[in-house]
Amino acid sequence: MTAVSIEVNGTIVNADVEPRLSLADFLRERCGLTATHLGCEHGACGACTVTVDDKATRSCLSLAVMCTERSVVTLEGLRSDPTMEIIRRHFHESHALQCGFCTPGMLIMARDMLQRLPKPDANTVRHELSGHICRCTGYTGIVKAIVAAGQELGRLNPGSESI
Amino acid sequence: MKAASFEYLRPKSVAEASVALGRKGMTTAAIAGGQSLVPMLNLRVAPIDLLVDISRLDDLKALAKTPDGVWIGALTTHATIEDGKAPDIFAGLMRRVAAQISYRAVRNHGTIGGSVALADPAADWPCCLIALDATVRVAGRNGVQMQSVAEFVRGPYETTLSTGDIIVGFDIPSPAASFRWGFAKVARKSGAFANSIAVVIEQGDDAPANVILGATGRRPLAMQNVANSLRDGSDADLRAAIAIDLALHAPDLDAYQTRLHTATILRAIREMKVQ
Repeated sequence: MTAVSIEVNGTIVNADVEPRLSLADFLRERCGLTATHLGCEHGACGACTVTVDDKATRSCLSLAVMCTERSVVTLEGLRSDPTMEIIRRHFHESHALQCGFCTPGMLIMARDMLQRLPKPDANTVRHELSGHICRCTGYTGIVKAIVAAGQELGRLNPGSESI
Repeated sequence: MKAASFEYLRPKSVAEASVALGRKGMTTAAIAGGQSLVPMLNLRVAPIDLLVDISRLDDLKALAKTPDGVWIGALTTHATIEDGKAPDIFAGLMRRVAAQISYRAVRNHGTIGGSVALADPAADWPCCLIALDATVRVAGRNGVQMQSVAEFVRGPYETTLSTGDIIVGFDIPSPAASFRWGFAKVARKSGAFANSIAVVIEQGDDAPANVILGATGRRPLAMQNVANSLRDGSDADLRAAIAIDLALHAPDLDAYQTRLHTATILRAIREMKVQ
Protein backbone atom coordinates (compact mmCIF):
# COMPACT_ATOMS: atom_id res chain seq x y z
CA MET A 1 0.00 0.00 0.00
CA THR A 2 1.13 3.52 -0.75
CA ALA A 3 -0.18 6.66 0.92
CA VAL A 4 -1.67 9.26 -1.40
CA SER A 5 -3.09 12.71 -0.88
CA ILE A 6 -5.25 13.77 -3.81
CA GLU A 7 -7.43 16.86 -4.08
CA VAL A 8 -10.76 15.67 -5.43
CA ASN A 9 -13.30 18.37 -6.38
CA GLY A 10 -11.66 20.79 -3.97
CA THR A 11 -11.34 18.45 -0.98
CA ILE A 12 -8.12 16.69 0.01
CA VAL A 13 -8.56 12.93 0.18
CA ASN A 14 -5.90 10.96 2.07
CA ALA A 15 -5.85 7.21 1.49
CA ASP A 16 -3.66 4.13 1.28
CA VAL A 17 -3.90 2.55 -2.13
CA GLU A 18 -2.48 -0.40 -4.00
CA PRO A 19 -0.16 0.89 -6.74
CA ARG A 20 -2.25 -0.86 -9.36
CA LEU A 21 -5.43 1.06 -8.45
CA SER A 22 -6.50 3.30 -11.32
CA LEU A 23 -7.61 6.85 -10.68
CA ALA A 24 -11.03 5.83 -12.07
CA ASP A 25 -11.47 3.07 -9.48
CA PHE A 26 -10.16 5.39 -6.77
CA LEU A 27 -12.81 7.97 -7.67
CA ARG A 28 -15.66 5.49 -7.98
CA GLU A 29 -14.92 3.11 -5.15
CA ARG A 30 -13.01 5.17 -2.60
CA CYS A 31 -14.67 8.54 -3.16
CA GLY A 32 -18.11 7.31 -4.24
CA LEU A 33 -17.99 9.56 -7.30
CA THR A 34 -19.77 7.43 -9.86
CA ALA A 35 -20.25 10.00 -12.63
CA THR A 36 -16.89 8.78 -13.92
CA HIS A 37 -17.78 5.74 -16.02
CA LEU A 38 -15.49 2.91 -17.05
CA GLY A 39 -16.08 1.56 -20.52
CA CYS A 40 -12.99 0.00 -22.05
CA GLU A 41 -10.25 0.48 -19.42
CA HIS A 42 -7.62 0.93 -22.09
CA GLY A 43 -8.08 4.50 -23.24
CA ALA A 44 -10.25 3.95 -26.31
CA CYS A 45 -13.77 4.98 -25.22
CA GLY A 46 -13.33 8.25 -23.30
CA ALA A 47 -16.13 7.60 -20.76
CA CYS A 48 -13.74 7.93 -17.79
CA THR A 49 -12.37 11.36 -18.75
CA VAL A 50 -11.78 13.74 -15.80
CA THR A 51 -9.38 16.63 -15.34
CA VAL A 52 -6.06 16.38 -13.49
CA ASP A 53 -4.47 19.78 -12.83
CA ASP A 54 -7.00 21.20 -15.33
CA LYS A 55 -5.94 18.83 -18.08
CA ALA A 56 -8.39 16.38 -19.62
CA THR A 57 -7.22 12.94 -18.52
CA ARG A 58 -8.24 9.34 -19.01
CA SER A 59 -8.74 8.22 -15.42
CA CYS A 60 -8.47 4.55 -16.48
CA LEU A 61 -4.94 5.26 -17.79
CA SER A 62 -3.84 7.10 -14.65
CA LEU A 63 -2.71 5.36 -11.51
CA ALA A 64 -4.02 6.82 -8.26
CA VAL A 65 -0.49 6.68 -6.80
CA MET A 66 0.74 8.93 -9.60
CA CYS A 67 -1.95 11.54 -8.83
CA THR A 68 -0.78 12.29 -5.31
CA GLU A 69 -0.60 16.06 -4.70
CA ARG A 70 -2.53 16.65 -7.91
CA SER A 71 -5.96 18.25 -8.24
CA VAL A 72 -8.65 16.07 -9.80
CA VAL A 73 -12.04 17.34 -10.94
CA THR A 74 -14.86 15.00 -11.90
CA LEU A 75 -18.24 15.85 -13.37
CA GLU A 76 -19.66 16.10 -9.83
CA GLY A 77 -17.23 18.94 -9.16
CA LEU A 78 -18.55 20.92 -12.13
CA ARG A 79 -22.18 21.03 -11.01
CA SER A 80 -22.15 24.82 -10.64
CA ASP A 81 -19.41 25.58 -13.16
CA PRO A 82 -20.80 28.35 -15.42
CA THR A 83 -19.40 26.83 -18.63
CA MET A 84 -20.72 23.40 -17.72
CA GLU A 85 -24.18 24.82 -16.98
CA ILE A 86 -24.35 26.10 -20.55
CA ILE A 87 -23.01 22.86 -22.07
CA ARG A 88 -25.43 20.79 -19.98
CA ARG A 89 -28.44 22.87 -21.10
CA HIS A 90 -27.47 22.46 -24.76
CA PHE A 91 -27.00 18.69 -24.29
CA HIS A 92 -30.56 18.64 -22.94
CA GLU A 93 -32.01 20.81 -25.71
CA SER A 94 -30.19 19.03 -28.57
CA HIS A 95 -31.03 15.55 -27.29
CA ALA A 96 -27.31 14.83 -26.97
CA LEU A 97 -27.69 11.78 -24.77
CA GLN A 98 -29.77 8.68 -24.54
CA CYS A 99 -28.46 6.06 -22.12
CA GLY A 100 -25.99 8.52 -20.58
CA PHE A 101 -23.03 6.18 -20.24
CA CYS A 102 -20.65 8.24 -22.38
CA THR A 103 -22.10 11.59 -21.27
CA PRO A 104 -19.78 12.45 -18.33
CA GLY A 105 -16.72 12.02 -20.56
CA MET A 106 -18.41 13.92 -23.38
CA LEU A 107 -19.25 16.84 -21.06
CA ILE A 108 -15.73 17.06 -19.61
CA MET A 109 -14.21 16.94 -23.10
CA ALA A 110 -16.70 19.50 -24.40
CA ARG A 111 -15.67 21.92 -21.65
CA ASP A 112 -11.97 21.27 -22.29
CA MET A 113 -12.50 21.80 -26.02
CA LEU A 114 -14.42 25.07 -25.59
CA GLN A 115 -11.66 26.42 -23.34
CA ARG A 116 -8.99 25.69 -25.96
CA LEU A 117 -10.94 26.28 -29.17
CA PRO A 118 -13.61 28.95 -28.80
CA LYS A 119 -16.64 28.71 -31.14
CA PRO A 120 -15.59 25.47 -32.86
CA ASP A 121 -17.37 24.41 -36.04
CA ALA A 122 -18.94 20.97 -36.40
CA ASN A 123 -15.85 19.48 -38.09
CA THR A 124 -13.58 20.64 -35.28
CA VAL A 125 -15.97 19.24 -32.67
CA ARG A 126 -16.09 15.88 -34.46
CA HIS A 127 -12.30 15.73 -34.63
CA GLU A 128 -11.91 16.68 -30.96
CA LEU A 129 -14.51 14.09 -29.93
CA SER A 130 -12.88 11.29 -31.89
CA GLY A 131 -11.59 9.76 -28.65
CA HIS A 132 -15.10 9.41 -27.23
CA ILE A 133 -17.46 6.63 -28.22
CA CYS A 134 -21.26 6.92 -28.03
CA ARG A 135 -23.33 3.90 -29.02
CA CYS A 136 -26.77 5.58 -28.83
CA THR A 137 -26.94 8.96 -30.48
CA GLY A 138 -24.93 8.70 -33.69
CA TYR A 139 -23.14 11.83 -32.36
CA THR A 140 -25.33 14.32 -34.29
CA GLY A 141 -27.00 15.73 -31.17
CA ILE A 142 -23.72 15.87 -29.25
CA VAL A 143 -21.95 17.81 -32.01
CA LYS A 144 -24.94 20.17 -32.34
CA ALA A 145 -24.99 20.79 -28.58
CA ILE A 146 -21.28 21.61 -28.36
CA VAL A 147 -21.37 23.90 -31.40
CA ALA A 148 -24.37 25.74 -29.89
CA ALA A 149 -22.69 25.97 -26.47
CA GLY A 150 -19.58 27.39 -28.16
CA GLN A 151 -21.68 30.03 -29.92
CA GLU A 152 -23.41 31.00 -26.67
CA LEU A 153 -20.13 31.22 -24.77
CA GLY A 154 -18.71 33.32 -27.61
CA ARG A 155 -21.63 35.77 -27.26
CA LEU A 156 -21.11 35.92 -23.49
CA ASN A 157 -17.39 36.60 -23.86
CA PRO A 158 -17.10 38.76 -26.99
CA GLY A 159 -13.53 39.39 -28.03
CA SER A 160 -12.12 36.54 -26.00
CA GLU A 161 -11.26 34.42 -29.01
CA SER A 162 -8.98 32.33 -26.86
CA ILE A 163 -9.78 31.93 -23.20
CA MET B 1 -9.50 -5.38 -17.12
CA LYS B 2 -7.55 -4.38 -14.04
CA ALA B 3 -3.78 -4.46 -13.73
CA ALA B 4 -2.11 -7.25 -11.76
CA SER B 5 -0.20 -6.28 -8.60
CA PHE B 6 3.15 -4.56 -8.85
CA GLU B 7 5.41 -2.55 -6.59
CA TYR B 8 5.83 1.17 -7.09
CA LEU B 9 8.69 3.58 -6.46
CA ARG B 10 9.03 7.31 -7.12
CA PRO B 11 12.76 8.07 -6.98
CA LYS B 12 14.00 11.61 -6.44
CA SER B 13 16.71 11.59 -9.11
CA VAL B 14 17.60 10.04 -12.45
CA ALA B 15 20.49 8.16 -10.80
CA GLU B 16 18.17 6.70 -8.15
CA ALA B 17 15.63 5.75 -10.83
CA SER B 18 18.34 4.02 -12.84
CA VAL B 19 19.36 1.93 -9.81
CA ALA B 20 15.72 1.01 -9.13
CA LEU B 21 15.20 -0.04 -12.74
CA GLY B 22 18.22 -2.31 -12.48
CA ARG B 23 16.95 -4.15 -9.41
CA LYS B 24 17.94 -7.81 -9.63
CA GLY B 25 15.35 -10.54 -10.03
CA MET B 26 12.52 -8.16 -10.96
CA THR B 27 10.92 -7.14 -14.22
CA THR B 28 11.00 -3.38 -14.00
CA ALA B 29 9.60 -0.57 -16.15
CA ALA B 30 9.85 3.19 -16.08
CA ILE B 31 6.54 5.05 -16.26
CA ALA B 32 6.18 8.66 -17.42
CA GLY B 33 2.79 9.48 -18.98
CA GLY B 34 1.72 5.85 -18.90
CA GLN B 35 -0.56 6.24 -21.91
CA SER B 36 0.82 3.10 -23.56
CA LEU B 37 2.11 1.28 -20.49
CA VAL B 38 -1.06 1.50 -18.36
CA PRO B 39 -3.26 -0.04 -21.10
CA MET B 40 -0.67 -2.83 -21.36
CA LEU B 41 -0.80 -3.28 -17.57
CA ASN B 42 -4.63 -3.21 -17.61
CA LEU B 43 -4.71 -5.82 -20.37
CA ARG B 44 -2.06 -7.80 -18.47
CA VAL B 45 0.21 -8.09 -21.51
CA ALA B 46 3.14 -6.44 -19.68
CA PRO B 47 4.16 -8.50 -16.63
CA ILE B 48 5.82 -5.87 -14.43
CA ASP B 49 7.04 -6.46 -10.86
CA LEU B 50 8.23 -2.94 -10.18
CA LEU B 51 7.05 0.32 -11.70
CA VAL B 52 9.49 3.22 -11.40
CA ASP B 53 7.71 6.57 -11.67
CA ILE B 54 9.99 9.04 -13.47
CA SER B 55 7.19 11.52 -14.21
CA ARG B 56 8.33 14.12 -11.66
CA LEU B 57 12.05 14.20 -12.42
CA ASP B 58 12.81 17.80 -13.34
CA ASP B 59 16.01 16.78 -15.14
CA LEU B 60 13.83 15.21 -17.84
CA LYS B 61 11.58 18.24 -18.34
CA ALA B 62 13.88 20.87 -19.83
CA LEU B 63 12.98 22.66 -23.06
CA ALA B 64 15.55 24.98 -24.57
CA LYS B 65 17.03 26.52 -27.65
CA THR B 66 20.68 25.48 -27.82
CA PRO B 67 23.55 26.91 -29.91
CA ASP B 68 23.08 24.03 -32.37
CA GLY B 69 19.33 23.58 -32.33
CA VAL B 70 16.79 22.63 -29.74
CA TRP B 71 16.66 20.43 -26.65
CA ILE B 72 13.43 18.59 -25.90
CA GLY B 73 13.32 16.87 -22.50
CA ALA B 74 11.98 13.32 -22.46
CA LEU B 75 8.97 14.22 -20.30
CA THR B 76 7.69 16.82 -22.77
CA THR B 77 4.09 15.90 -23.55
CA HIS B 78 2.57 15.80 -27.01
CA ALA B 79 0.11 18.52 -25.90
CA THR B 80 2.99 20.82 -24.85
CA ILE B 81 4.44 20.54 -28.35
CA GLU B 82 0.99 20.80 -29.98
CA ASP B 83 0.30 24.03 -28.10
CA GLY B 84 3.58 25.59 -29.27
CA LYS B 85 5.09 25.64 -25.77
CA ALA B 86 8.28 23.95 -27.00
CA PRO B 87 10.70 26.04 -29.08
CA ASP B 88 9.54 25.60 -32.69
CA ILE B 89 12.44 25.90 -35.11
CA PHE B 90 11.05 23.46 -37.66
CA ALA B 91 8.38 25.63 -39.29
CA GLY B 92 5.55 23.91 -37.44
CA LEU B 93 6.47 20.29 -38.22
CA MET B 94 6.63 19.14 -34.61
CA ARG B 95 3.36 20.88 -33.71
CA ARG B 96 1.63 19.23 -36.64
CA VAL B 97 2.95 15.78 -35.73
CA ALA B 98 2.04 16.22 -32.05
CA ALA B 99 -1.52 17.39 -32.79
CA GLN B 100 -2.30 14.19 -34.70
CA ILE B 101 -1.23 11.75 -32.00
CA SER B 102 -4.13 9.90 -30.40
CA TYR B 103 -6.62 12.13 -28.49
CA ARG B 104 -6.17 15.30 -26.45
CA ALA B 105 -6.64 13.55 -23.10
CA VAL B 106 -3.85 11.15 -24.09
CA ARG B 107 -1.65 13.92 -25.52
CA ASN B 108 -1.92 15.74 -22.17
CA HIS B 109 0.08 12.94 -20.53
CA GLY B 110 1.88 10.93 -23.21
CA THR B 111 5.53 11.97 -23.59
CA ILE B 112 7.98 12.14 -26.47
CA GLY B 113 10.51 10.10 -24.48
CA GLY B 114 7.96 7.39 -23.75
CA SER B 115 6.96 7.22 -27.40
CA VAL B 116 10.56 6.70 -28.54
CA ALA B 117 11.38 4.28 -25.69
CA LEU B 118 8.42 2.06 -26.60
CA ALA B 119 9.30 2.24 -30.32
CA ASP B 120 5.87 1.17 -31.45
CA PRO B 121 6.23 0.71 -35.22
CA ALA B 122 3.15 2.92 -35.78
CA ALA B 123 4.35 5.75 -33.51
CA ASP B 124 4.91 9.24 -34.91
CA TRP B 125 7.89 10.58 -32.96
CA PRO B 126 10.47 7.99 -34.04
CA CYS B 127 9.72 8.85 -37.71
CA CYS B 128 9.77 12.59 -37.10
CA LEU B 129 12.95 12.58 -34.98
CA ILE B 130 14.81 10.33 -37.41
CA ALA B 131 13.79 12.65 -40.28
CA LEU B 132 15.15 15.60 -38.25
CA ASP B 133 18.48 13.77 -37.58
CA ALA B 134 17.84 13.99 -33.83
CA THR B 135 20.14 12.54 -31.19
CA VAL B 136 18.86 10.86 -28.02
CA ARG B 137 20.63 11.28 -24.69
CA VAL B 138 20.36 8.26 -22.39
CA ALA B 139 21.37 8.13 -18.72
CA GLY B 140 22.20 4.78 -17.23
CA ARG B 141 24.61 2.84 -15.11
CA ASN B 142 27.42 3.67 -17.54
CA GLY B 143 26.84 7.40 -17.38
CA VAL B 144 25.27 9.49 -20.12
CA GLN B 145 25.44 8.33 -23.72
CA MET B 146 24.42 9.94 -27.00
CA GLN B 147 23.15 8.12 -30.04
CA SER B 148 21.27 9.07 -33.20
CA VAL B 149 17.57 8.19 -32.94
CA ALA B 150 18.01 6.32 -36.24
CA GLU B 151 20.44 3.92 -34.54
CA PHE B 152 18.57 3.92 -31.24
CA VAL B 153 15.36 2.46 -32.74
CA ARG B 154 16.37 -1.01 -33.85
CA GLY B 155 13.06 -2.61 -34.69
CA PRO B 156 9.42 -2.79 -33.66
CA TYR B 157 9.36 -2.32 -29.85
CA GLU B 158 13.14 -2.69 -29.85
CA THR B 159 15.72 -0.06 -28.94
CA THR B 160 19.29 -0.03 -27.68
CA LEU B 161 18.06 0.78 -24.14
CA SER B 162 19.38 -1.67 -21.59
CA THR B 163 18.32 -2.31 -18.02
CA GLY B 164 18.58 0.83 -15.90
CA ASP B 165 18.68 3.20 -18.88
CA ILE B 166 16.45 6.29 -19.00
CA ILE B 167 15.97 8.66 -21.92
CA VAL B 168 16.86 12.18 -20.78
CA GLY B 169 15.85 14.00 -23.95
CA PHE B 170 16.58 14.82 -27.56
CA ASP B 171 19.02 17.17 -29.27
CA ILE B 172 17.61 18.24 -32.61
CA PRO B 173 19.93 20.20 -34.92
CA SER B 174 18.85 23.53 -36.39
CA PRO B 175 17.39 23.26 -39.88
CA ALA B 176 18.92 24.98 -42.90
CA ALA B 177 17.39 28.24 -44.12
CA SER B 178 15.75 26.41 -47.03
CA PHE B 179 14.15 23.78 -44.75
CA ARG B 180 10.80 22.47 -46.01
CA TRP B 181 8.74 19.59 -44.70
CA GLY B 182 5.74 17.43 -45.54
CA PHE B 183 3.85 15.07 -43.25
CA ALA B 184 1.12 12.59 -44.12
CA LYS B 185 -0.54 9.95 -42.02
CA VAL B 186 -3.32 7.49 -42.72
CA ALA B 187 -5.35 6.01 -39.88
CA ARG B 188 -8.73 4.29 -39.99
CA LYS B 189 -10.11 6.95 -37.66
CA SER B 190 -8.56 10.14 -36.34
CA GLY B 191 -6.53 9.32 -33.26
CA ALA B 192 -6.19 5.62 -34.03
CA PHE B 193 -2.80 4.05 -34.62
CA ALA B 194 -1.52 4.83 -38.10
CA ASN B 195 -1.52 2.46 -41.05
CA SER B 196 1.09 4.63 -42.76
CA ILE B 197 3.19 7.66 -41.81
CA ALA B 198 5.52 9.66 -44.05
CA VAL B 199 7.80 12.52 -43.07
CA VAL B 200 9.66 14.32 -45.87
CA ILE B 201 12.35 16.94 -45.30
CA GLU B 202 14.33 18.94 -47.86
CA GLN B 203 17.08 21.47 -47.04
CA GLY B 204 18.35 22.56 -50.48
CA ASP B 205 22.12 22.19 -50.98
CA ASP B 206 22.76 22.63 -47.26
CA ALA B 207 21.90 19.14 -46.06
CA PRO B 208 20.66 15.85 -47.47
CA ALA B 209 16.92 15.27 -47.89
CA ASN B 210 15.20 12.72 -45.68
CA VAL B 211 12.16 10.60 -46.51
CA ILE B 212 11.08 8.43 -43.58
CA LEU B 213 8.25 5.93 -43.79
CA GLY B 214 6.59 4.57 -40.65
CA ALA B 215 3.87 2.08 -39.67
CA THR B 216 5.20 -0.69 -41.94
CA GLY B 217 5.51 -3.07 -38.97
CA ARG B 218 9.27 -2.49 -38.95
CA ARG B 219 11.47 0.25 -37.61
CA PRO B 220 10.99 3.56 -39.52
CA LEU B 221 12.41 3.14 -43.02
CA ALA B 222 14.79 5.62 -44.66
CA MET B 223 13.64 5.85 -48.29
CA GLN B 224 16.99 6.80 -49.77
CA ASN B 225 16.10 6.48 -53.47
CA VAL B 226 13.05 8.68 -52.94
CA ALA B 227 15.16 11.24 -51.08
CA ASN B 228 17.64 11.30 -53.99
CA SER B 229 14.81 11.89 -56.50
CA LEU B 230 13.07 14.58 -54.47
CA ARG B 231 14.46 17.65 -56.10
CA ASP B 232 14.32 16.88 -59.81
CA GLY B 233 12.25 13.73 -60.05
CA SER B 234 8.95 13.68 -61.95
CA ASP B 235 5.91 12.01 -60.45
CA ALA B 236 6.83 8.84 -62.39
CA ASP B 237 10.43 8.99 -61.11
CA LEU B 238 9.18 9.33 -57.53
CA ARG B 239 6.81 6.38 -57.92
CA ALA B 240 9.65 4.28 -59.35
CA ALA B 241 11.93 5.30 -56.48
CA ILE B 242 9.25 4.40 -53.92
CA ALA B 243 8.84 0.97 -55.55
CA ILE B 244 12.61 0.37 -55.37
CA ASP B 245 12.85 1.44 -51.72
CA LEU B 246 9.82 -0.61 -50.69
CA ALA B 247 11.19 -3.68 -52.49
CA LEU B 248 14.49 -3.14 -50.72
CA HIS B 249 13.24 -2.56 -47.17
CA ALA B 250 9.76 -4.11 -47.01
CA PRO B 251 9.49 -6.81 -49.69
CA ASP B 252 6.56 -8.61 -48.04
CA LEU B 253 4.02 -5.77 -48.25
CA ASP B 254 0.77 -6.75 -49.96
CA ALA B 255 -0.79 -4.77 -52.82
CA TYR B 256 -2.98 -2.70 -50.50
CA GLN B 257 -0.13 -1.75 -48.17
CA THR B 258 2.11 -0.92 -51.12
CA ARG B 259 -0.49 1.46 -52.57
CA LEU B 260 -1.17 2.94 -49.14
CA HIS B 261 2.49 3.69 -48.38
CA THR B 262 3.06 5.00 -51.91
CA ALA B 263 0.12 7.37 -51.55
CA THR B 264 1.26 8.58 -48.11
CA ILE B 265 4.78 9.37 -49.32
CA LEU B 266 3.48 11.19 -52.41
CA ARG B 267 1.02 13.14 -50.26
CA ALA B 268 3.81 14.25 -47.90
CA ILE B 269 5.98 15.27 -50.88
CA ARG B 270 3.11 17.27 -52.43
CA GLU B 271 2.53 19.02 -49.12
CA MET B 272 6.22 19.92 -48.90
CA LYS B 273 6.34 21.27 -52.46
CA VAL B 274 3.63 23.85 -51.81
CA GLN B 275 5.54 25.33 -48.84
